[in-house]
Amino acid sequence: MKKVLALVLTTVMLAGSMILAGGCSGTDTKATTEGTTTGGAETTAAGGAETTAASGDVLKVGILYISPKDDGGYSQAHAEGMAEAVAALGDKIQVFELENIDDTDAQATSAAIDNLVNEGCTLIFTTSYGYMEPTAAAAEKYPDVKFCHCSGYTRNDTNLDTYFGQIESARYLAGIVAGLTTKTNKLGYVAAFPIPECIRGINAYTLGAKSVNPDVTVSVVWTNTWFDMDAEKAAAESLLATGVDVMAQHQDSPAAITAAESAGAYAIGYDLTYAGAPKAYLTAPLWNWGTYYTYKIQQVLDGQWKVENYWGGMKEGVVKLDTLSSLVPDAAKTAVEAVQKDVTEQGNAYVFKGPIKDQTGAVKVKEGESLSYDDQMSMMWFVDGVIGEIPTT
Amino acid sequence: MFQITKRDELPTWQGVLIRIGSILAGVLLASFIIAILGFDPVKTFAALIGGSFGSSSALINTVTIAIPLAITALGLAIAFRMKFWNIGGEGQIIMGCVFATFVSHNMPASTPGVVLILLMGVAGFLGGAIWALIPGLFRVYLRTNETLFTLMMNYIALCIVQYLHFVLWRDPAAKGFPKIKAIQEQAHLPMLFGVHIGFIVAIVLGVLVFLLIRKTKLGFEIRVVGESAPTANYAGINVRQVMLTGVILSGGIVGLAGMVKLAGAVYTLSPSITGNAGFTAIVIAWLSNLSAPIMLVVSVLIAALEQGSQVIQIKLNVPSAVAAVIQGLILMSALGGEFFLRYRIVRRKREQSKSQKGDA
Repeated sequence: MKKVLALVLTTVMLAGSMILAGGCSGTDTKATTEGTTTGGAETTAAGGAETTAASGDVLKVGILYISPKDDGGYSQAHAEGMAEAVAALGDKIQVFELENIDDTDAQATSAAIDNLVNEGCTLIFTTSYGYMEPTAAAAEKYPDVKFCHCSGYTRNDTNLDTYFGQIESARYLAGIVAGLTTKTNKLGYVAAFPIPECIRGINAYTLGAKSVNPDVTVSVVWTNTWFDMDAEKAAAESLLATGVDVMAQHQDSPAAITAAESAGAYAIGYDLTYAGAPKAYLTAPLWNWGTYYTYKIQQVLDGQWKVENYWGGMKEGVVKLDTLSSLVPDAAKTAVEAVQKDVTEQGNAYVFKGPIKDQTGAVKVKEGESLSYDDQMSMMWFVDGVIGEIPTT
Repeated sequence: MFQITKRDELPTWQGVLIRIGSILAGVLLASFIIAILGFDPVKTFAALIGGSFGSSSALINTVTIAIPLAITALGLAIAFRMKFWNIGGEGQIIMGCVFATFVSHNMPASTPGVVLILLMGVAGFLGGAIWALIPGLFRVYLRTNETLFTLMMNYIALCIVQYLHFVLWRDPAAKGFPKIKAIQEQAHLPMLFGVHIGFIVAIVLGVLVFLLIRKTKLGFEIRVVGESAPTANYAGINVRQVMLTGVILSGGIVGLAGMVKLAGAVYTLSPSITGNAGFTAIVIAWLSNLSAPIMLVVSVLIAALEQGSQVIQIKLNVPSAVAAVIQGLILMSALGGEFFLRYRIVRRKREQSKSQKGDA
């Protein structure tokens, strides 16, 4: 009996420490080492916190990240954008950040928002789609606080608006690069959820690739998570095993890029430049959130807050294609340059210009038309050339 | 060289001292790491405590986090009393929520809130109870190992909720985003002092579980079965029946914890509904020595660590990973202290250890 008890105690201790140490988003252990360094650096970046707290008219800005703010991807892009806003607006604002808040855990999200409001934040950015309902609930609960939710569609008349950008324009250009780099004509795409946001990206990428190489196909694997380095890596490997030689992804970590490099394939990143895979990295559709955060915070500082549906593109500078790496063939460089101006000017209207057929060959967008904003936001079908399924309900 | 032997009963004051000492050791260890990482340990802990108890809004968050932990721990402890190692809290919480959600989705919108909440509570209890009863039956009739069985049931429950989340119950109104439709609005638990009334459920259950274990025949039988099943048998206790009843109560209360979190705080079933309460509660139950009133207190303390770790991120820019390390170290030390409460390490004489080896 003693043995049993000792065994159970040990197990519980081990399990307890592991589980609780994780706060359990599973990937924390990996982030620990990197987390500390950037965390320290961020202190200086957002550093008004301690020193300027005294003055009353400082705007306190809160922001929630779904993954660690040094995830090398999505959240880091937001965090860098916020740091840029801090650099631009100086001590007029004070930023309070919360990272690693699970966007499927409504209790944690609401608590996080409560904590930010409690700290005095009157402008709060929630950067993941899943925060939508808790953010909307908080907007009702705190009418004096302004909320901006990234990538969702719920707005109210007073203190809740939304923001996102035409990242698909950059994905289209990345597709051109991939279409002219592939030798097997098999492109792979690791994506988080079968939701319009990801589907739009896959379609734009495929349209770009097919515009220069009609023979390519784009195979899609869903991971059903935004941030899980193991799942992202496994999904990429499953695609690479089928002969895919250019990997793209819509995830929060660069795991798919490193998987591609290990397999000797090329990769298109997302969110941020990735320097960790010099033998694979071609380019990436990038967010430049600093442009938006500076704009929106300035709006509030000026007393000009308005509820809007921000959807900036390459023209506004919120999204762009990363500098093409030396691995990109000249033909691809030329092809990107050829359309760069039009894509920048017209944004997603260029990308989703007809004729566009879906997987079954049916024409979804007619010649001379372009997919409307609403149709892009609710896009639940794949264009011709995509190999993959959208689960139906 | 060293041997671990069981301790005799310690005087209370010594037990308290060891507990406080081990938590302090955890705080020191964490301070050391915080300092290495370039943060001020004093400020960090001040922010952590202030951030979890320092204001009414902070306190509300702390209590809200504590509610499911406390109820789950109360449920698990009943099983632990019988030395039935119910590691399946996660699965039982999930199934409680699945059953409760099913009720909410299938009752007409005209159902009064009170009726709906009560029905969901019953459903939540049933869901958890069934999920615990399955390994219970196997344990009682086929003598399978319930530790592994209940653990595996967690993964089955997780797969079920993922299937519901991504396929079967996927809300078509969510524009393709995989989510289950929220429960009906009148099923939301009412608020009292800014917290949903789940805290009253936790307190009432705490009293009931305490009375059950200390004052009732079933509670006595549960304790005897836990001490020694053969003795219980000899004393004329129907061990199988007692164990199954205990397991049903255990799983049922854990299922109810899920329902309370669902109806009180999150309103929507998702694969991450448990927030790991099923595992955290194991730690709480053991830290509290399986005592119901102490579990309520310890749950609040553990919840404070969770809530406070968000606040140190906000106030001091401590990364979430570091906050998690602080939590982990304190808990690990506290549990390590439990080990020293029950066992002590004595130096063994050389000859003895040799002969021991010879035996093996």
